Amino acid sequence: MNPKRFSSSTRPSTTVKSRFACGFLRALWRINRQRRTSTSASSREICRRYLRVKVAADVSMASAVGSRRAWSRAILLRKLRNQGQNGTVRVRRMSNIPRMRKRNICGNKCTEEVAGTCQAEQLRKLVPGGEEMDMCNLLGETAHYIECLTTQVNVMRRIAEILST
Amino acid sequence: MSSRRSRTRQPGCSRISDDQINDLVSKLQQLLPEIRDRRSDKVSAANVLQETCNYIRSLHKEVDGLSERLSELLASTDTAQAAIIRSLLVHK
Repeated sequence: MNPKRFSSSTRPSTTVKSRFACGFLRALWRINRQRRTSTSASSREICRRYLRVKVAADVSMASAVGSRRAWSRAILLRKLRNQGQNGTVRVRRMSNIPRMRKRNICGNKCTEEVAGTCQAEQLRKLVPGGEEMDMCNLLGETAHYIECLTTQVNVMRRIAEILST
Repeated sequence: MSSRRSRTRQPGCSRISDDQINDLVSKLQQLLPEIRDRRSDKVSAANVLQETCNYIRSLHKEVDGLSERLSELLASTDTAQAAIIRSLLVHK
């Protein structure tokens, strides 16, 4: 059974966009509440806050998508590992979540031609978890990742507009 | 007789065909504004991958810029909390 936290089957029918927006806004709320209690306004503090907002955006989107995509799993696992290193949250065993294993690319010329290029290598570095995927999965994950990134940008832009009024 | 465990659980990806790759590349092509606007059918896979990498990088830069802007907005306004509540209501 997938952990409920990452399962999308128990959620009511909402879109990825609305789940991301709600999750991200809650994260902003927490960041803002901590800012109000903190007295320092140093450049280091500002830099930390920017990084927290950025991480919150990525993690909120990955949470909205859930564990059904390899790229979102990679982001969520990275977050858990980072929290584990800070000692704040215990890292849960993710053994129930299917892992993308490196598969042998069954040769046909087109696949090898595409897979071996430096563009493919660059793409693997840009897509979260991309280095463990074979070419077929990488392209599918990339398409979904781009759609979600675009949604993320649009929602963040809209929130910035609302906050600046 | 050794029973071989199938390594792939998704039957569609056990053998990667030309058609699957082409299908995915054309799907990416539809998502990329640069290539979509050109309306050219003769875009190579390597070209699509390069444009994809460029597009993802530009999206990452936008996210960085918006994160910076949002963190400044949080710092500058006292009514950020109220604005966040308003946004929550709008987005629900």
